[in-house]
Amino acid sequence: MALRLNPRIPRVKLPRPPFPYSAPPVPLGLEGPPTTPRSGPDYDTDWARRLPARLARATLRSTLMRAGVAALAAPEVHGLDRLEAWRAGAGDGPVIFVANHHSHIDTPVLLTRIPEPWCDRLFVGGAADYFFRNPVTSALSALAIGAIPIERSRVSRRTADQAAELIEQGWSLLIFPEGGRSPDGWGRPFQRGAAYLAFRCQVPVVPVYLQGTGRILRKGKKRPTPATAKVDFGTPLVPEEGEDTHRFNARIERTVAELADETATDWWSARRRAHAGTTPSLTGPDAPSWRRAWALGDPSRRKRRDRRPWPDL
Amino acid sequence: MPRPGFVLDVDRSTPPILFHHGEGFRLEKLPPGRSRVVYPGEPLEPLEDVDGAIRHALDNPLGDTQPLRTLLQPGMKLTICFDDISLPLPPMRRPDIRQRVIEAVLDLAAEAGVDDVHIIAALALHRRMTEGELRHAVGDRVYDAFAPIGALYNHDAEDPDNLTFIGTTPQGEEVEINKRAADSDLVVYVNINLVSMDGGHKSTATGLASYRSLRHHHNVQTMLHSRSFMDRHHSELHHSNWRMGKVLRDAGVNIFQIESTLNNNTFGSSGPMAVLQKREWEWSARDRATFVAMKAGLDRLPLKARRSIFQAWRAPYGVTSVQAGEVDAVHEQTVANVYRQQLVTVEGQADVVTMGLPYLCPYNVNSVMNPILVACVGLGYFFNYYRGKPLVREGGVVIMGHPTTWEFHPVHHPSYIDFFEQVLADTTDPAEIEARYEKAYAEDEWYRHLYRTSYAYHGVHPFYMWYWICHGLDHAGKVIVVGGETRAVRRLGFTAASTLDDALEMAEDVVGRDPTVTHLHNPPLVMADVV
Repeated sequence: MALRLNPRIPRVKLPRPPFPYSAPPVPLGLEGPPTTPRSGPDYDTDWARRLPARLARATLRSTLMRAGVAALAAPEVHGLDRLEAWRAGAGDGPVIFVANHHSHIDTPVLLTRIPEPWCDRLFVGGAADYFFRNPVTSALSALAIGAIPIERSRVSRRTADQAAELIEQGWSLLIFPEGGRSPDGWGRPFQRGAAYLAFRCQVPVVPVYLQGTGRILRKGKKRPTPATAKVDFGTPLVPEEGEDTHRFNARIERTVAELADETATDWWSARRRAHAGTTPSLTGPDAPSWRRAWALGDPSRRKRRDRRPWPDL
Repeated sequence: MPRPGFVLDVDRSTPPILFHHGEGFRLEKLPPGRSRVVYPGEPLEPLEDVDGAIRHALDNPLGDTQPLRTLLQPGMKLTICFDDISLPLPPMRRPDIRQRVIEAVLDLAAEAGVDDVHIIAALALHRRMTEGELRHAVGDRVYDAFAPIGALYNHDAEDPDNLTFIGTTPQGEEVEINKRAADSDLVVYVNINLVSMDGGHKSTATGLASYRSLRHHHNVQTMLHSRSFMDRHHSELHHSNWRMGKVLRDAGVNIFQIESTLNNNTFGSSGPMAVLQKREWEWSARDRATFVAMKAGLDRLPLKARRSIFQAWRAPYGVTSVQAGEVDAVHEQTVANVYRQQLVTVEGQADVVTMGLPYLCPYNVNSVMNPILVACVGLGYFFNYYRGKPLVREGGVVIMGHPTTWEFHPVHHPSYIDFFEQVLADTTDPAEIEARYEKAYAEDEWYRHLYRTSYAYHGVHPFYMWYWICHGLDHAGKVIVVGGETRAVRRLGFTAASTLDDALEMAEDVVGRDPTVTHLHNPPLVMADVV
């Protein structure tokens, strides 16, 4: 007869410390003082942009985060010269980094690879319903990656106002306009938030293409698998005369697709396809899921180790 | 608003003047009352939108030519040539202007559906560029797209199968250039015009030529009649290249020239090297501390370490103009833009000219500045940075400061070693050297092999360096090297001195007591307009 090893332990409720060592109760019929939300879309992240938090974030970024990214993704970075050229002409003003999104590791990869001076004053648009779902994740997201909550389920003026205010204060934004990680390895159409902010704040958008991060930690995967990632920074884009947010957004998406083509082939082939209007789209073929998966190849393929023949001769 | 260059009259209140001295520096007191210093202008404001300026230049060409996009057609043969590692000096920070121009040209070619594109480093008889150097010049994107398929490569001036004889000038100069360029429907030449000598017809007629063609203008006679070779209208070197350019044009070689000019922001406005770009009396306490620390550190480091530090420097040059179109029209505007940055008016010549030679010249990028190159950069380049008349009077004395170590890069400069040991040990007379030794070195199979397969300068290259100084040798009564290794300096036929005071005393034997002295405060680049 098996012994039962988990007898129920009675739960002991510790007495609550008396006021003033704990919050006072609110008398019935009265309203308590206004509370600051500790999570969710209204979470206040101002504290995470003050000096102590910035120093902590910079330390984290240059130590643990960088080591982790190097171990898991070892990213190859291309296109920094485009940013350098832009900076030489236009200066160090804020920009909006717009990237495709495959994995949770996309953010650390970019945070450790975006060059100075932008990496020092950078905030990230994080999904309010994911990164800010409870007080712990909210504080961690704000501190570690400098996230602000972005509502994905509805259009929020507050989110846009907050992002615009920060950009006007000289902060750069990193945003994934697909609205979430790719569910199947292909991209999703870009939402217009980045284009809207670029118009509103008159700042350039830096298109970025990330390749290979889906293999490391795709959506639904729990454990990361080391693989090589590539980051390709494009030439900063500014809204052209007569362009609205819709068209500008389409141009941003097209440019990221061209960067994807450039990463998959080479710059010259990609430019020729771009001018011929035959750049492969980020969203993949409009076909049943198996064909989309087929067209993607086998990104989850791992390097197989050479197995020794048995018995060992 | 950047301040222009000017001439400072030295008096008792003038602080010691900075002299570059190879991979180091010296601070020298010039004799008050009879000395002056030619200071370069401050860096001109760079273009804010370089890519926009490139696009504008390609769409609005100068001279009798169409916009580039209308010259590009599907099915055509397009060859893009670019200046090699010898420009700019020091190499500029990424992205290099060549990369930006080439990407803009290729983007138009892609738009037009041009498939057959070759990209050639126009290096004439210079050493081949390594992969890293090519990547720096054209950028990773262009390199990765063209080099793996063999469409990006170094020009080979000794490959008979890939050279085409075009014709002869009325003076009998043979014109032979790269076959691919000669056979192309359009040649786009991408220049960096760091000094006024660069560009124009010299780009194609020299950069893509063979020894057979080059020997007609790289010789003693031509160089003696180039006064100076920085002033194209008074340069026989350029006249010859222009005649060759006409032969190319008449033969139907269609050239679209793109020239760009840089400001002289060589050492930047911040960082440890920034002090080198400031006028000495404007050095702040921080500048002085930086300089003292830098000098003390450098003086204690071995030569190899110092060389590595200096050779790793990438200049934050700003682009000041981009011109494109027909060669002559483009070049005239380019030269005006170079002069806008570099030209300083100087009244009259001096008995003595002094110059501190830096660690770098066009032929020792990522390499060693050997004694022949020291002579070339001093008596060749610095001496010729003039328009009108040389800074020093005929029969005057040239005093150069450089360590001048007896050291050669065995891979890059193999023929220099033999030239130094064999030829200069025999004679230093350029005409005699040309008559007796040039052919043997130029046609030596081993040097030819090294030039074609390794990273060696052509066997004849040290001769050209020596011809480069023949105007200076002919003009000056004496050449003194301060701080140079005595036996190396003597082999060059010059006189060694330990200090500037010693050198000035020696100079008095030639030009008389209390000579007037002009110091060329270079780099950043400055060119004297001597009136």
